[in-house]
Amino acid sequence: MSKWKIITRGIIKENPTFVLVLGMCPTLGTTTSAINGMGMGLATTFVLMLSNYAISLLAGLIPSKIRIPAYVVVIAIFVTVVQLLMQAYVPALYQTLGLFIPLIVVNCIVLGRAEAFASKNKPVDSFFDGLGSGLGFTLSLTVLGIVRELLGSGSFFGWKLISGDGILVFILAPGAFLVLGYLMVLFNKIKKA
Amino acid sequence: MEYILIIISAVFVNNIVLNQFLGVCPFLGVSNKISTAVGMGAAVIFVMTLSTLFTYLLQRYILDPLQIGFMQTVTFILVIAALVQMVEIILKKTSPALYQALGIFLPLITTNCAVLGVSILVVTKELSFGGAPAMLNLPQALVYTASMAAGFGLALILFAGLREQMELVGIPKPFRGVPIALITAGILALAFMGFSGIV
Repeated sequence: MSKWKIITRGIIKENPTFVLVLGMCPTLGTTTSAINGMGMGLATTFVLMLSNYAISLLAGLIPSKIRIPAYVVVIAIFVTVVQLLMQAYVPALYQTLGLFIPLIVVNCIVLGRAEAFASKNKPVDSFFDGLGSGLGFTLSLTVLGIVRELLGSGSFFGWKLISGDGILVFILAPGAFLVLGYLMVLFNKIKKA
Repeated sequence: MEYILIIISAVFVNNIVLNQFLGVCPFLGVSNKISTAVGMGAAVIFVMTLSTLFTYLLQRYILDPLQIGFMQTVTFILVIAALVQMVEIILKKTSPALYQALGIFLPLITTNCAVLGVSILVVTKELSFGGAPAMLNLPQALVYTASMAAGFGLALILFAGLREQMELVGIPKPFRGVPIALITAGILALAFMGFSGIV
C-alpha cells in the first residue's frame, strides 16, 4: 500500500470519529472552540505518530501476552512528552485542555492503531498510519469545534462574526452531544446519497 | 455537611459523563439494557474507589516527596491496569457470584478514561467550603470518587432506560445507532444542567 493511501484512509474511509466512533471523550470535552479542538487533535496526532513508530520497532521484542500493558507504557511516555512540551510552549492551551491531555493514554484510537496496525507493519508505514488517523481525528474535532464556536459564541477561530452573545448552550455540555449527533446524521446522509 | 456537598456536587451538578465528558465510550457502548447498566455501574464504583485509594497514596507519599510529578500519567495507568487484573483474579477465586455479576465488565474498565481521569482529578482538585480552597484529604477524596462513580452509574441507568424505550419507536434511518444516542444524551445533559448552581 502506498504511503498516500495509508494517510488518506485514516482521514476519510476510517475516520476515527464519524466512522469508527472512537475517542468520544476528548471529542466532546475539548471542542468548545475551533482552536481547542484543533489543538487537542494535533496533540493526539503527535502521540499517535510516535507511539505507532516506536511500537512497530518494539513489536518483535514484546511477548504477546504482556503486549497491551507494554503498549500502554510506550503511549504514556509519549503523552508525558507532549504534556511537558505543551506546558512549556503553549501554557494557555494546556490549561484549557487540562485533564484531556493525560487522558490521551486511554484514548481508544491510539491503542487501537497500535494493536491493529503498528504491531503488524513496518515502522515507516506505521508512522504514516498514525499521521493519517491523527489528521482524521484532528479534522473531525476542528469541524465540531467550528460549528460549536459559531453557534455558541458567534465567532470563527476567535474572529467575532456577530456582535453580542451566541447560543450559550452549544458551548456547554449538552451542545457537544447535540452537535456531534446531528453532524453524524449529516455524515450518514451524505454517505448514503 | 461537607460530605453531603461533595456527594451532591459530584453526582448531580458535575456529573462525570454528562458534564465532564469522562467515560463516554462505555456510556454509549453498554447502555442498551438496564440490567447491564446496573452491573457496569457497580463495577465502576468498586474499581474507581479502589484505584483512587492507591493512586492518591502513591501521589502523596511517593511522587510528591520525590518531586517526580511528571511520572503521574505513566504510574497511574500502570497501577490501574494492574489493579483491574488483580481484582479480576481475586474475585474469580474468592467470590464466584460477584465475579459472575461484574466479571465481564472488568476488562472494559481499564480503557475507561473515567478511572484515570478521576484519579488525576482527585489529586489536583481543590475544594472550598466557605473557607480557603484546599486539597482533598483521603476520606474526602474517596467520598468524591465514589460519588463520581455513582454519578456514572446513575447516568448509565437513566440512559439505558431511555434507550430501551427507543427500541420500540421508528427512528429515521440516518439517525439510527450512535447519532440518536448522542442526541438523547444531549437532552439528558440539558436536564442535568437544571442542577447547576444548587451547590
